[in-house]
Amino acid sequence: MSTMTATMPSSALDQDWRRVLRWGLICGGVLIALCLVGMPVELDRRELIERYLSLGYVSVLMIPILIGRIAATQVVLEGVESRKQGLYDLVTGLAVGILGGVSLSLLIVALDSWDLRDPLVNWSPKLFRFLTYENGIGFGLMAWIVTCGLLGMMGAASHVVPAMLRRVSGIVVLSLLGISVLEGAIEDLSEGFGLEWLTDLLYAKKGGLTLTSAILAGAAIAFVAVLTSGRVKALTTSYREKEGADRQKASIILFVVVAVLVIVLPIFLGKIMNELLANVGLFLLLALGLNIVVGLAGLLDLGYVAFFAVGGYTTAVLTSPNSPFFAPEMHFGFALIFVVIFAIVVGLVIGAPVIRMRGDYLAIVTLGFGEIIRLLFLSDWLGPYFGGAQGITNIPGVDLGFATVKGTDPRSVFYLVLFFCAIAIYVSWRLQASRLGRSWMAIREDEQVAETMGINTVNSKLMAFVVGAVMAAFSGAVLAAKVGSIFPTSFMILISIIILVVVIVGGMGNIAGVMVGSFVLIGVLGGPKQPGLLQEFQNFKLLIYGMLLVFMMLKRPEGLVPSARRSRELHQDEFLQDAWLKGDKPGTDDDDGETVGDDGGEEE
Amino acid sequence: MCGGGRISSRLPTADDSNGAHVTTHAVSTKPAKRVVAVDRFLTFIRIFLVTMIVIGLLAFIWQQIDADNVFARWRNPGARGLTGDQFKGLLISGLSQGSMYGLIALGYSMVYGVLGFINFAHGEVFMVGAMTGFIASDKFAANGLWESNFLLCLALIMLMAIFFSTFTAILMERVAYRALRNSPRLIPLITSIGVSFFIQNLVLGLFGPATKSYPRLPEWLADQRSILTFEIAGTRILVLVVAAASMTGLWYIVERTKTGKAMRAVAEDKEIASLMGIDVNRTIVTTFAVGGAMAGVGGILWGLMFRSVTHMTGFLPGVKAFTAAVVGGIGNLGGAMAGGISLGSAESLAPLLILEPLGVPGVSQLKDAVAFTVLVLVLLFKPTGLFGERLSAEDRA
Amino acid sequence: MSLLEIKDLKITFGGLDALSGLNFHIDEGEIVSVIGPNGAGKTTFFNAISGLVAPTEGDIEFEGESLLGLDPSTVTSLGIARTFQNVRLFPNMTVLENVMVAQHCRTKELIYGALFQTKAFRKEESEIRERAIEILGFFGNRLIGYRLDQPAFALSYANRRRLEIARAMGTQPRLLLLDEPVAGMNPIETTELTNLIGRLRSEWGFTIVMIEHDMKVVRDVSDRVVVLDHGVPIAQGSYDEVSTDPNVIEAYLGRPVEAKA
Repeated sequence: MSTMTATMPSSALDQDWRRVLRWGLICGGVLIALCLVGMPVELDRRELIERYLSLGYVSVLMIPILIGRIAATQVVLEGVESRKQGLYDLVTGLAVGILGGVSLSLLIVALDSWDLRDPLVNWSPKLFRFLTYENGIGFGLMAWIVTCGLLGMMGAASHVVPAMLRRVSGIVVLSLLGISVLEGAIEDLSEGFGLEWLTDLLYAKKGGLTLTSAILAGAAIAFVAVLTSGRVKALTTSYREKEGADRQKASIILFVVVAVLVIVLPIFLGKIMNELLANVGLFLLLALGLNIVVGLAGLLDLGYVAFFAVGGYTTAVLTSPNSPFFAPEMHFGFALIFVVIFAIVVGLVIGAPVIRMRGDYLAIVTLGFGEIIRLLFLSDWLGPYFGGAQGITNIPGVDLGFATVKGTDPRSVFYLVLFFCAIAIYVSWRLQASRLGRSWMAIREDEQVAETMGINTVNSKLMAFVVGAVMAAFSGAVLAAKVGSIFPTSFMILISIIILVVVIVGGMGNIAGVMVGSFVLIGVLGGPKQPGLLQEFQNFKLLIYGMLLVFMMLKRPEGLVPSARRSRELHQDEFLQDAWLKGDKPGTDDDDGETVGDDGGEEE
Repeated sequence: MCGGGRISSRLPTADDSNGAHVTTHAVSTKPAKRVVAVDRFLTFIRIFLVTMIVIGLLAFIWQQIDADNVFARWRNPGARGLTGDQFKGLLISGLSQGSMYGLIALGYSMVYGVLGFINFAHGEVFMVGAMTGFIASDKFAANGLWESNFLLCLALIMLMAIFFSTFTAILMERVAYRALRNSPRLIPLITSIGVSFFIQNLVLGLFGPATKSYPRLPEWLADQRSILTFEIAGTRILVLVVAAASMTGLWYIVERTKTGKAMRAVAEDKEIASLMGIDVNRTIVTTFAVGGAMAGVGGILWGLMFRSVTHMTGFLPGVKAFTAAVVGGIGNLGGAMAGGISLGSAESLAPLLILEPLGVPGVSQLKDAVAFTVLVLVLLFKPTGLFGERLSAEDRA
Repeated sequence: MSLLEIKDLKITFGGLDALSGLNFHIDEGEIVSVIGPNGAGKTTFFNAISGLVAPTEGDIEFEGESLLGLDPSTVTSLGIARTFQNVRLFPNMTVLENVMVAQHCRTKELIYGALFQTKAFRKEESEIRERAIEILGFFGNRLIGYRLDQPAFALSYANRRRLEIARAMGTQPRLLLLDEPVAGMNPIETTELTNLIGRLRSEWGFTIVMIEHDMKVVRDVSDRVVVLDHGVPIAQGSYDEVSTDPNVIEAYLGRPVEAKA
């Protein structure tokens, strides 16, 4: 970007070709990697618009659009002359897209001429057929170069066209995508409400929207979008700008609406959807606990899964008749008491040695503890007590007197999880605004100063550890009752990391953020073993999780729903600028925020 | 590391002019002693662990002297101790595995020294090396070159592994870490977890989940040889020799060349280094590249020794190598190698020397648990590692 | 009995004496300044009192009890609070929160109270809040009003110094250690803060030990001055006594020419 500074381009062909080449190569690289990972072929099975478009093609086609858009983004700095968006950008997008298309064409040719199936498992005739639309190779080559070029230009055009058009088309495309992708969920929901006729109308028999319904729905959405233009935004900003009592009132209304929805909706949902919601709840519970440890107290605990395991195993041993060594067959409610006790004990035992270590050592050591605990449960040594690799099976459901909560009835599991989540949310909320919560914040900011200000940092941090541990243990207990069996493999380190992704994507330190994070990630993509709405992504979700984690850290470290404090912290410069613009001139003596306008451009 | 707020908080030292003498080397200020419940508990843990180790060792020694002794049979009546050859075998396998940990640990240590964060994805760089080695050697084996001219093949796969590992490491730095250089230190750590996850699953997607086996090594290499009464498989000799050679090379680069001097300067203070005319970006990239190359070599050695590689190969060795770096004192390159070797030996010896005499069944399953316990032990007893850290004051805060 | 008693204090870093043979006491209600050239060991002295650095030899007694071996938070809860030379606030917490969190060691509600919103909890919370506002109000209107809810990093430099003092006041100390309170302030702000330091004693009853380089401030507020050089106390007494002491002049200005020969 630094090369663009000197002169403004005068004609559309007066490009910064190095930049174009770079983005073009990135585009090509991403496309080829995507194909070779096998995503398009796998996703091709899912029809979005019957016979015309599959999820596989969408996954490929969106790449040139996105990269075209990024490539045509220019950094606009206040006070520095910037060129007008226009033809120049379209050419950039076109060139980038074409380069992407050329790379795909090269891939097609390569697929045709060599057999590299040996190391590359997805180097298959299937991929070749996918890329050539089952037509000739020449058609494939031409088609990709032209389409990618056009799409790249479209991506770039999103900067050029009027805002209204951009917004409406964006909404239409995204909601059509949503409607078609969430077909399963929508059908399930409409069945619950007796609206099958609607979905029958909308979707084709074999899956996917019919072309007519897609066009009609698109038009309807566009119409609504035009009508409501500006209103939604006004509503959210008015909510954001409210302060004090007003804000509280609005928040309460919002909360009640969400709560009623969450309680009532499952009644109308089928088994699969309820199962999914129960999984989301389990992970939400874990994420809420981790949020206290990482988000509030700033302790990066990578062995968080250990507490999940403790909860699961305690419940299993105490309630299951198959527990190998000690099987009191307690009621779940009784067992919970012990779950809490053991979670606290293990939290203290793991917490005590690590609590004084510096942040990154703490992360690795807790990771180590997480593995140790799993290895111990797996080993022959503790095998006689915990069943080793065979685990503990036949864990009974939760007998509530009027109903039994067990895995075969996911709705009841969901309500059980909901109960625990409600507790966890309440606890997080109350603690955040208490003396303890403030001490966590202070420790996160500057541990040494916190200590000289009279905070016993060791106790405060241990407290965070323990509260987080208890929440995770509850989640483990519910998991045991839900699945009915517990194995060491249910507690891989992977889980710790996925929860970390959930917390970070949602927004560290923010309860609402964590909720959004678990709905979006666990609900849509799915947990480590649990399928989400997009079951086709089963093989790719971990890849996507990794990508998301990196992306969020680079572009939006405060998460999707940031807490006010967190975004202030990560964007101090911008905050100072805003404050300055509002007329309150903050300090200028030592570290006055420089104007760093580097990241505003690429996100919307 | 000059960014805002939290990361720049230093340990309290004397007024700066006094402090300047002590900030750069190990012992500076000790926080005042605190006597709280946590400390008592920690003392208890320390004593407990040491007692266990001592009892285990004593029981083991007793077994060696007299297997029917009461103390030897106290916890584990079945145990019969080890023969000298078994012991030597364990030691050699520990050493060779440890030298691999050492090679990977160098990358952790260097990056930590220069940028002050744990590059969690470094294990993946190692895995990429091993994977490259597999693909290349598999192709060589298919057209017979592997059999006919093994040394040439070895050199070639070594070069390729170094190339791809280095490439991965550099790309990682450019895409993920460069933008985060001044952010709070947990942020690059979290990012590197994401990178690690991404690379693992990318490799899984590209090459599939099956375990990949290196082709059989030529007999003359794999044969057992007797050196100084030690029976060593040729492969292990190769591993030890190559590891030692790489380590020497690295030592030369860091201590004797201009690039190395630049690295050390950047590790000490990036801002000042850049004022002294050092290209900080380039030096950091070099650091990643050198670390990547070492991991690539490690990957090949791993492949030759264990002959199997999957997309998960990088995870455990990665975490253990980090442990090795901490054991040796992070930022300290000789320490990283020594830490690797001690960890490797501990891992292969401790289960039989300590755990089995204590009556723990199935000890070989606990190998990984031993490695993590070593990490906890070191951090409990000597958080600066056995050979001392070499970090700037800011990184230690 | 004196409030703080320093006995033969010696602190060594890697063979280098940062402080040695420091002996003095501070009485209740005094304002004592510690001065000396850079590197004289003044901040080390503060760190030793607040428990961040363990003395190599000697003893520090607060109200007759030794502070050795106590961790910083305990020292603070005994009634010693400090500020830092290089202003170390909790930058992302608001002004109000900075002072509220400082009252941690004077309050006790934990998880139970917060979860069940007990009467005691709510009472304590509102007391913490009121006291914080009262303390902030001491600095005129500089830290209250809309600034209460601003993050600390948005404050001007002088206000950050003020907030740091406010935060130290939040711990409700008896002895207040101020590390260069007026460093980096302009003359008007300096005069204002000098007055405030006087009022800290008269209105809030703090005993104050202050490290300061600005001799005007030292002269205006301190009852007594201690001069350190290379970790060794070279003079003690009132400002006038100290300022004419030849040792002190030598430490600051160097040896007179004729003495060198």
